[in-house]
Amino acid sequence: MLNTVDLFEDDRPAGSDGADQMGHPVTGELDLSHGVALYLEDITVSFDGFKALNNLSLAINAGELRCIIGPNGAGKTTMMDVITGKTRPDSGKAFFGQSIDLTRLSEPEIAHIGIGRKFQKPTIFEQHTVFENLELAMKTDKRVWKSLMAWLAGDERDKIAETLRLIRLDGEADRQAGLLSHGQKQWLEIGMLLMQEPKLLLLDEPVAGMTDDETMRTAELFVSLAGKHSLVVVEHDMAFVEKLGGLVTVLHEGSVLAEGDLATVQNDQRVIEVYLGR
Amino acid sequence: MRKPLTLRILSALDRKSWLALGVFLALALVVVPVLHLNFPEDSALHVSTYAITLIGKIMCYALVAVAMDLIWGYGGILSLGHGLFFALGGYAFGMYLMRQIGRDGSYGADLPDFMVFLDWKELPWFWVGSDSFGWVAFLVMAVPALVAFVFGYFAFRSRIKGVYFSIITQALTYAAMLLFFRNETGFGGNNGFTDFKRVLGYSITSSETRLVLFGLTAVMLATTLVFAAWLVKSKFGRVLTAIRDAESRVMFIGYNPLWYKLTIWVISAVLCGIAGALYVPQVGIINPSEMSPGNSIEIAIWVAVGGRGTLIGPVIGAFVVNLAKSWFTVSFPEYWLFFLGLLFIVVTLMLPQGLVGLWKKVMAKKGAEAC
Repeated sequence: MLNTVDLFEDDRPAGSDGADQMGHPVTGELDLSHGVALYLEDITVSFDGFKALNNLSLAINAGELRCIIGPNGAGKTTMMDVITGKTRPDSGKAFFGQSIDLTRLSEPEIAHIGIGRKFQKPTIFEQHTVFENLELAMKTDKRVWKSLMAWLAGDERDKIAETLRLIRLDGEADRQAGLLSHGQKQWLEIGMLLMQEPKLLLLDEPVAGMTDDETMRTAELFVSLAGKHSLVVVEHDMAFVEKLGGLVTVLHEGSVLAEGDLATVQNDQRVIEVYLGR
Repeated sequence: MRKPLTLRILSALDRKSWLALGVFLALALVVVPVLHLNFPEDSALHVSTYAITLIGKIMCYALVAVAMDLIWGYGGILSLGHGLFFALGGYAFGMYLMRQIGRDGSYGADLPDFMVFLDWKELPWFWVGSDSFGWVAFLVMAVPALVAFVFGYFAFRSRIKGVYFSIITQALTYAAMLLFFRNETGFGGNNGFTDFKRVLGYSITSSETRLVLFGLTAVMLATTLVFAAWLVKSKFGRVLTAIRDAESRVMFIGYNPLWYKLTIWVISAVLCGIAGALYVPQVGIINPSEMSPGNSIEIAIWVAVGGRGTLIGPVIGAFVVNLAKSWFTVSFPEYWLFFLGLLFIVVTLMLPQGLVGLWKKVMAKKGAEAC
């Protein structure tokens, strides 16, 4: 079992982790006082009349590990787009903690307040080394001037080294990221997410293309991250979902069809119909 | 331990590159002047005025090519309007050179000749202060910077990318060219500025002035290369190439690409402006044809031929293409454009990394054979 809970102890003063469009710190901090990390209410998104999301409501508790499943076109990726500011909902509310309205923030701002996203297709900087990928993702002041003058401090190097060990790429630090295997790229992207020290991780099919062994190790990693972070995992691999435990939400045609533990959901008649077709 | 900035700049280049830069500067600042001034014109060792003007001009182009490479090779943004920034710097400095003519123009008036010809009685507002070297030196950088900032802000904020961005930059330089063609714009219409007499009071045609301008251009090119090397090796440079390769990932880890693109875009424009200002006194003329779309495309060709994404590549590209051009336009003037087009096609298809890429490939092969 990997023990990662204390790796990214946040010792910065409260309120220092937000930033506005230019990367300036913004006021207002993550308020998890009611135990809810992410709260979506009646979100609707339509593209040319097609409702990708239809009155979707969802709440993720702080420290929770939630799996989202659903057939193709159920709206899983669109939901992530809404949470990360890539797509604006036509109607509905999206709150991070109690007070941060996600529908008003840009992508970099949302990244700064503590939401990290892993794409379906591994998206890393292929021309950079593994080390540089992690360095760029590291939580720090990301304004232009700071980047011009940036120089890695010893503790920052340690942090990168620690993440490299965690994602089992410590032997590949100086390798060009584009030369990694598919599974390694997936791990590198997860490592980049962890370098951001997010409160909420959105993971879109994180184990696609991984070997069974890699898949199981990823599941262990995620389970160890839960508690300190909230995780939302979109996945088709049921063995993986089972290994993660936790609640499962089934999306269908843009709204929640069922919610519960995996066994309950798998025995739900409506879910079976949706997956097998009528 | 934090490294001081000076040390970081020193470590931006390796020992070999510093040595090469030193040799280059010694040639430009010592060897060329000595050979030009101390040997008679019929001596084999004499460096002619023609050669000095040609190389000086090409060094200005090389500066533009490096600026272009910063935005294209490292930022992934192909500008086909960089000739505009070059011309703006040239025009700004040209204003000063026009004022330096004083009453030695054909009309013997205080105003530049073309204004007398238009029957203007006083200088337009934007010519105020153009007799001050310091003010004009500021304009040389500030005008391209301002135009680049305003244009870039709206283009990058609207997330205009790729070929769309390139086309808009073409339109921008074309529109500016049409504007500068008009006599009423106040920059000499299609004749532009020429017949310069002095710079800082020194005769512009004297050997000494030419050598000083030549040397300044060499120093500026060397300084720019060091600055660019530091820039692309900084974290800023790594973010920039990251934006080039995966912009959405950059956004989702919390960088705002707008400000990164805008910064490199403005830096690139300012470098072009400085190049233009060094170019005009050496060549002796600036006119709106510098803003023609073809000129800007040629800049991209220099960079592609030399090898984008490397810093020495654009310099090599600018020299190779322009030396070929000056030979072709004398020997086979009508075939130059065909040759240029052919060169671009060959480079795009067979040498995507340009001459530098070819060199690296050959060396790698040699290395493999040696083993």
